[in-house]
Amino acid sequence: MSLLNYFSTQPKSASIAKERLQIIVAHQRRERSSIMSDFLPDLQKELIEVVRKYIEIRDEDVNIRVEQAENYEVLEVNIALPDSSIVKIHTK
Amino acid sequence: MGNISYLLLRAEKLANQNSDPKIIVVTSGKGGVGKTTTSAAFATALALRNYPTVVIDFDVGLRNLDLVMGCERRVVFDFVQVINGECSLNQALIKDRRVENLYILPASQTRDKDALTLKGVARVLEALKKRFQYIICDSPAGIEHGAIMAMYFADEALIVTNPEVSSVRDSDRIIGMLASKTRRAVQNLEPIKEHLLLTRYVEKRVGRGDMISAKDVQEILAINLLGVIPESSSVLQSSNAGIPITLDQNSDAGEAYHDAVARFLGEEPPKRDKKGLFSRLFGN
Repeated sequence: MSLLNYFSTQPKSASIAKERLQIIVAHQRRERSSIMSDFLPDLQKELIEVVRKYIEIRDEDVNIRVEQAENYEVLEVNIALPDSSIVKIHTK
Repeated sequence: MGNISYLLLRAEKLANQNSDPKIIVVTSGKGGVGKTTTSAAFATALALRNYPTVVIDFDVGLRNLDLVMGCERRVVFDFVQVINGECSLNQALIKDRRVENLYILPASQTRDKDALTLKGVARVLEALKKRFQYIICDSPAGIEHGAIMAMYFADEALIVTNPEVSSVRDSDRIIGMLASKTRRAVQNLEPIKEHLLLTRYVEKRVGRGDMISAKDVQEILAINLLGVIPESSSVLQSSNAGIPITLDQNSDAGEAYHDAVARFLGEEPPKRDKKGLFSRLFGN
């Protein structure tokens, strides 16, 4: 009897599947629909090159993220600067 | 009144037969969900309705459509050889012995998928368009070169999906590719018409809550549901024998495929004593 009770209180696996799929498909579609997803990797690469002209940074110091809001997208660029003591400023 | 609608239906049928040839890709992303079974079933059902139909195996290196169609011993030349100009299209096309108007273009078994080029595929499809009303492209699994070749020139797509998480997710990936990596997408033309075909459906398990329902899959993928094919022992039996399931008069799966083809052609599926899965689920 206890076993039966156990199963009856669990949500059915099909509804768990549906919920998980809705989340993953929504995520996949957001990524696809972003107008920026196509050129994001290139943008990141070029940004690193530009910043490197002036400051020595590592590849992983530049982070780019696109955030979706209701009807607009936010492009968030985060550049972590190294310790000021080792910053080498290039002067032209 | 009945007469008028009958005439309209006839007119529509005639218009269909005279309309531009259509390229249909049968795709899924995930393997083993029933692409080849569906390609064989669909092509056969269309030919049975007198539409000149050819079905092409795009799974270069892993050819199987010939087996499911029961013509494996008649394969002499293949799709890649036609592309490379090593034989003529006519030499490679195999005429079905059971159904008028039905031809098979087999894949090469010795090459790999890179043997297909956009230019080569385009040339063969153009030649086929002059002879056939429906050109069915049986896609390989995956999202790589072979799958893209199969979908690139399509006008319509049958997305074969099992009511199971990995298949549904992969189908969504394929829907994304249809909308971005195909001729219609690249040239900014009217998008490919997508149809969802749910296969290996077990209504009992849906009722018990351990299989996702057709309604839920349709809601998640948000594309037109063309048909629901029940899990059926007759599918394995027919592939064992090399007989497309739509030639089996007694198969529930075959019947469901015929109904899907009727919906595809914009007809009302025939009324039956025992209603099909789709009708019971969606009431038409």
